[in-house]
Amino acid sequence: MAEVSLQNISKSFGESQAVRNLTLTIRDGEFVVLLGPTGAGKTTTLRLIAGLEKPDTGRVTIGGQDMAGSAPAGRDVAFVFQQYSLYPHLTVYENLAFPLRSPARRLGADEIDRRVREVARMVRIDHKLENRSTRLSGGEMQRVAIGRALVRKPSIYLMDEPLSSLDAKLRGELRLELKRIQRELGSTLLYVTHDQIEAMTMADRIGILNDGELIQLGTPREIYSNPVNLHVAARLGQPHINLIPAGLVPGGRAPSGTKTVGARTEHLEIHAGNGSANAEIDWIEHLGDQSHLHLRIAGHKLVTLANPYVPVRPGDKITLTLKDPLYFGSDGQRLV
Amino acid sequence: MSAINSAHSVVEPSPTSKHIAGAIVILYALITMVPLAWIFLTSIKSPPDSISYPPKVLFSPTLEGYCNLFTTRTRQTPDYIAALPAPTSTCDEVTRKRNMVIAGPSNFLPRFVNSLVIAFGSTFLAVFLGTLAAYGFSRFKVPLADDLLFFILSTRMMPPIAVAIPIFLMYRELGLSDTALGMILLYTAVNVSLAVWLLKGFIDEIPREYEEAAMIDGYTRLQAFWKVVLPQATTGIAATAIFCLIFAWNEYAFAALLTSGSAQTAPPFIPTIIGEGGQDWPAVAAGTTIFLVPILVFTILLRKQLLRGITFGAVRK
Repeated sequence: MAEVSLQNISKSFGESQAVRNLTLTIRDGEFVVLLGPTGAGKTTTLRLIAGLEKPDTGRVTIGGQDMAGSAPAGRDVAFVFQQYSLYPHLTVYENLAFPLRSPARRLGADEIDRRVREVARMVRIDHKLENRSTRLSGGEMQRVAIGRALVRKPSIYLMDEPLSSLDAKLRGELRLELKRIQRELGSTLLYVTHDQIEAMTMADRIGILNDGELIQLGTPREIYSNPVNLHVAARLGQPHINLIPAGLVPGGRAPSGTKTVGARTEHLEIHAGNGSANAEIDWIEHLGDQSHLHLRIAGHKLVTLANPYVPVRPGDKITLTLKDPLYFGSDGQRLV
Repeated sequence: MSAINSAHSVVEPSPTSKHIAGAIVILYALITMVPLAWIFLTSIKSPPDSISYPPKVLFSPTLEGYCNLFTTRTRQTPDYIAALPAPTSTCDEVTRKRNMVIAGPSNFLPRFVNSLVIAFGSTFLAVFLGTLAAYGFSRFKVPLADDLLFFILSTRMMPPIAVAIPIFLMYRELGLSDTALGMILLYTAVNVSLAVWLLKGFIDEIPREYEEAAMIDGYTRLQAFWKVVLPQATTGIAATAIFCLIFAWNEYAFAALLTSGSAQTAPPFIPTIIGEGGQDWPAVAAGTTIFLVPILVFTILLRKQLLRGITFGAVRK
């Protein structure tokens, strides 16, 4: 394991700038998640570290060594791709053994066998070692793909949305497994996703990327509670943060220059309307353990979470007040 | 499956349509097989039977055609033949009945070996070069790639024989006339454009993530190509090899023009087999029958690869 560092990395493909002046350090043993929408430069960042792309400017160092001019094989990184992750002409066993049989490593047959079986047990695929890799379910394929990365002991694991093509239940299971394995091995891991739940649950630190730029880097709590701008605030939180004009909802103390107020569920207080009602319940989505309340206030729509046993019905008048919400200026930056 | 289900199924053809399709295939097979069957039957007829009119459907089969194909014979007097020791082979016997004795082997075997060497040699070269070029075009930014590909294809826009005269003159100057090397190079040049285009299509279909994964796993690009791309391109390589081989094996015009002696292939040789008093049709038919065997075997061997390519669509996309 090693510390991986990107310094002032830029990369463009023709006209489009994929990564802009990115500086990021992933500490030894740290799990960093890059979160951002499609086209934000997440995958390009991974490919730059792996050596599959050359940066236009800037430096990549792994374990303190400058990687400029190093071929992917010489960088000691492991990569889990979003798809096409397994060699279709090989069995599960051969897929797992493939990196160990490479000319760069040349391990003995016994050592390869030992490590393949150990990792197969870890990712719970040991009962299918002799299967052709195409004869697996989606979840099994991704487990083998993760296993193929784990079978080596690289400086850093790079994972490009490895769970995105799986169904929700499987994704949840593998998320936990991946975090468990990373903790057990103490691995350095850079993980790319656009799924905020994956980012929140697995990351030691989250980096928010947009349009090739790293906008904010911090622990999941920091990113959630102290977003630096509207974009970051909008990336996290379920339901989506409510962005409303300043002065629409009473309460809170807006600093001067506030244009937009960001209000999550915990920033909104609801009381039964008693003469001072300023909002109305539009409709209620019952999700079982909780409900989404859709509110309307002066022509604006808000969504918030509520206990499903709160005795409200669509059409009810309520009093809505703010409690320490987030304030943003006209440039979208956070005001404190 | 119940009758109602099958009547409404969109994936399972109905029994009637299966029967009709089967009948069409059998009819087509019969039409294409008749000439082949006729050639085979002619090869086991005696020379008089082979040219009798109306054609004989019932006849007593003989290996005379095959004997004549592989041997040269001289006519002798009946007394001379009677004085010879007992015949040692079927061919001896058949030949003596015509008042002839075997003088030695014919040129068929060396011509057939020439065909094997030239056809398989040029197929190997065309597929080898085609695979590398197709991989290059598929994976790298080649300057003017589209123009180059068009240029490569343009070599097939006229029948190859249209350039026969310049090639004939060029080969004479270079000393490549009537050499196996010259024929291999020529067929390779004709086939390589087909190989590049066919294989580029197949290699484009193989996601480059596989090679990238292999390169990160510790392999060089060449090793990744060998370990990951080639195994997945086998279907395309097999199909391309069959097309190249069929062309090189059957090619007549260049072979007739550029070879006459040591490098002559079977196609220009077979029609020149002359018997006594005219064309020896059973021997020609025997030569044609034997000529079919290698390509048949090659196609049947690779057919598994081709079928696997069609039914192997289990790769997750």
